Amino acid sequence: MMQTYHQIARGDTLLAVEHVSLSFGGVKAITDVSFDIRKGEIRAIIGPNGAGKTSMLNVINGFYHPQKGQITFKGLTRSRMRPSVAARQGIARTFQNVALFKGMSTLDNIMAGRTLKMHRNFFWQCLRHGPAMDEEIKHREFVEDIIDFLEIQAIRKVPVGKLPYGLQKRVELGRALAMEPDLLLLDEPMAGMNLEEKEDMSRFIVDVNQQYGTTIALIEHDMGVVMDLSDRVVVLEYGHKLADGTPDDVKANEDVIKAYLGVAH
Amino acid sequence: MFYRETGQFKTNYADDMALLPILQDRIGLGIILFVAYVIIPFFGNDFLLSTVMIPFLVFSLAAIGLNILTGFTGLISLGTGAFMGVGAYACYKLSSVFPDLNILLCIVFSGVFSALIGVLFGLPSLRIKGFYLAVATLAAQFFLQWCFVRIPWLYNYNVSGAIEVSQRSIFGVVVTGAKAAPESRYIVMLVLVTLMTWVAANVLSGRIGRAFMAVRDMDIAAELMGIDLLKTKLLAFAFSSFYAGVAGAAMMFIWVGGGEANDSFNINQSFLILFMVIIGGLGSLLGAFLGAAFISSLPTILKFGLPALGIPLAGATAEHLTYILVGGLILFFLVVEPHGLARLWQIGKQKLRMWPFPY
Amino acid sequence: MDILFKILIDPFLQMGSAPDLLVQTIWEGFVTGVLYALIALGFVLIFKASGVFNFAQGIMVVFAGLTLVGLYEMGLPAPIALIVTLLVMYLLAVTIERVVLRPLVNQPDIILFMATFGITYFLIGLGEFIFGGNPKQMISEQLYLPKGSLEFKMLGGFVQLQKIDIAAAVIAMIMIIALALFFQYTRIGRALRAVADSHKAALSVGISLNQIWVIVWFAAGIVALVTGIMWGARSDVSFGLQVIALKALPVLILGGFTSVPGAIIGGLIIGIGEKLGEFYWGPLVGGGIESWLAYCIALFFLLFRPQGLFGDKIIERI
Repeated sequence: MMQTYHQIARGDTLLAVEHVSLSFGGVKAITDVSFDIRKGEIRAIIGPNGAGKTSMLNVINGFYHPQKGQITFKGLTRSRMRPSVAARQGIARTFQNVALFKGMSTLDNIMAGRTLKMHRNFFWQCLRHGPAMDEEIKHREFVEDIIDFLEIQAIRKVPVGKLPYGLQKRVELGRALAMEPDLLLLDEPMAGMNLEEKEDMSRFIVDVNQQYGTTIALIEHDMGVVMDLSDRVVVLEYGHKLADGTPDDVKANEDVIKAYLGVAH
Repeated sequence: MFYRETGQFKTNYADDMALLPILQDRIGLGIILFVAYVIIPFFGNDFLLSTVMIPFLVFSLAAIGLNILTGFTGLISLGTGAFMGVGAYACYKLSSVFPDLNILLCIVFSGVFSALIGVLFGLPSLRIKGFYLAVATLAAQFFLQWCFVRIPWLYNYNVSGAIEVSQRSIFGVVVTGAKAAPESRYIVMLVLVTLMTWVAANVLSGRIGRAFMAVRDMDIAAELMGIDLLKTKLLAFAFSSFYAGVAGAAMMFIWVGGGEANDSFNINQSFLILFMVIIGGLGSLLGAFLGAAFISSLPTILKFGLPALGIPLAGATAEHLTYILVGGLILFFLVVEPHGLARLWQIGKQKLRMWPFPY
Repeated sequence: MDILFKILIDPFLQMGSAPDLLVQTIWEGFVTGVLYALIALGFVLIFKASGVFNFAQGIMVVFAGLTLVGLYEMGLPAPIALIVTLLVMYLLAVTIERVVLRPLVNQPDIILFMATFGITYFLIGLGEFIFGGNPKQMISEQLYLPKGSLEFKMLGGFVQLQKIDIAAAVIAMIMIIALALFFQYTRIGRALRAVADSHKAALSVGISLNQIWVIVWFAAGIVALVTGIMWGARSDVSFGLQVIALKALPVLILGGFTSVPGAIIGGLIIGIGEKLGEFYWGPLVGGGIESWLAYCIALFFLLFRPQGLFGDKIIERI
């Protein structure tokens, strides 16, 4: 069934989460949460541990299927979706615990992100020289742009298993970017980084949003980063939505302060 | 010093992505090919060709096949022996039904049959992972072995149940059957292996190879890249079983020249190929060759090397010693270098880069 | 239609028409199942305690049996031979721990699994070297194992039970209950379970990995010896047994890799299923389906429950 997506203008709703509820056995991870993400914005999802943030991303991705509710992406509504279909529709993702292909080099990992765009079939792959090679080179050029952008030229051929954690996270971002996604989901992209690394990563995220126009949803614990980077924020606690609005609104919200931000004593 | 890459700059992506970008590697391959195609057939004796080189080539093919499945895609298979058998019997049927068809084509087509069976037994791989998948391949192994004996159609209803290899020629030179000279058989095998290795290298360094490795390393993330898990796993099974099938057909038709087939394709054969892949190095084409060379030549080395050193050896004892050595060597390699001979080779090259400096 | 009748109806008619034969077949399957369960038990012990899938369990069974008979043939009286064999299995456990497990600590499971392949081949070669490749007869009399059979008249015919089979079933039951209790209620049992979950974590709370592994491999060795004796008493002790040990894999799939009671249930399902399948459905296709039926049964179950009947559901956290 050919599904055509609506053309979404900048500022319109790209993704809408509608009354989603998710539970594992008896554990209710998400209860009746609704929010939207507008095209071109940076949306932060924050909340204490166990609030259901990663589960939310997994639902958007298609890894988990909600018991109730639905997701509307680019105008099309669905409640169950396979991750590969989500990928094809233009959703890319990084993970809390870096999910790189440890046996491959940086370059190969990012090239793997181009898989959806590569079409030369098995026969040409067997020959390699000819159409398959042309395709490889074309995509290699694109990937090299990403590598330049993320300043990881020096570690191109290094197996990612050998890289320090901060660089691994950068490579993972590059792999997600290689998919040319409409929506980029970042799960704690700055976890475990020092101040300098955080500044670099923040710069990259902002550049991705402004240069490539990618819509970004990010889970992050560092409040400074969240308030500086994001256009709007959604706050979750124990699977419920606590607040939803601009960073300033959320910072001033009583419930959020009580549950999460804390008060100066 | 010998392996310095300085001065070898790549000015375009095509050069950088070549299969062997380093000049010394290319020279090395050239030398190997020269030795293989020119020196060995002219100067090697019949024994070297028949007992060492041809078996090595057959096992290399099988090892490449298993390495694609287990080393590159991470799907453990204990059914390689049976898939080799499918190729052998398919070749037998094809060659009897089409007596005029070029034997090389028969062998290649039997690989296709093997690939199809491989896909069939690979279907469970979507639901089942890891060790559990190994059991599914065991089901394939034992079931297919049972078929080889209980389905008389496969061996043309002949009384002995054995595969009969008729005399076939290519360009007028006899290559199968009793009259085939070792040199002819060797060259045919060599050409077959060279071509198939080239194809494997091509596929593994491109989009499909990356998909295989992605499925091996983290299939959840691979799905997120848009990689279709089922298609990729089935392709791995098909590709791998194709190689195993061709190896099996070649084993029967070019190496052994027919005979009682059931022992050649049993569970022990599956394990043997698995050891070749482990010792050679998972996920490395070079490793497949190194492992095959190592294990296929071990019994010969023992049988002739030990007496040469003055240690007398009865025939059966050589076999026992082989087992002990294989077992011991697997343990040794796993402790010292889990990534096998291929990694040791890489480390050696690294030392060559630095020589005469220590680091 | 005729084929459907032959597959779906006829075998059950046959079962009904000669119920004594059915009971006999089920009994045979029961005994085989118990022996499969014993082999599986050895696997479960080591897997539960170290996370290692010990492919060498099969050859350990053969090796233990051969050592026992070999020592007896060398002149040692049976009880002494038994004790010396136990000692040999202990030494084997220590050697394996020192030479294989210690250097490979913290390596991924697949490496350890392959290491057990190495142990298997090493022991095959060593066993053949020391004891020769011919099958040997188990010293059942000297071990006071019962001989002969019991006959029961029932269901219109009669059913014959070998006394050795009954003994095997009883001994296996005792072992399984003892091991289940051991794991659940003792300090060492808890430590074993901790090690299975994580080597690093167990080390960090002070559990001595080396001691644990020696204990566990020795325990597996004892189970292997008992299995070797029982199996050898019913047929011979030969290297063919090592391939039969592969049958333990379907048992483990059904029963779960870490469940002691699961091993017996899985063993019984496979043993009885196999025998019934071979006897009533086998003739339809020319017989000999015992060689692969067990794996297909396991495969069938796996398609519906990829983690096995008793295994823990694998929830992947991303």
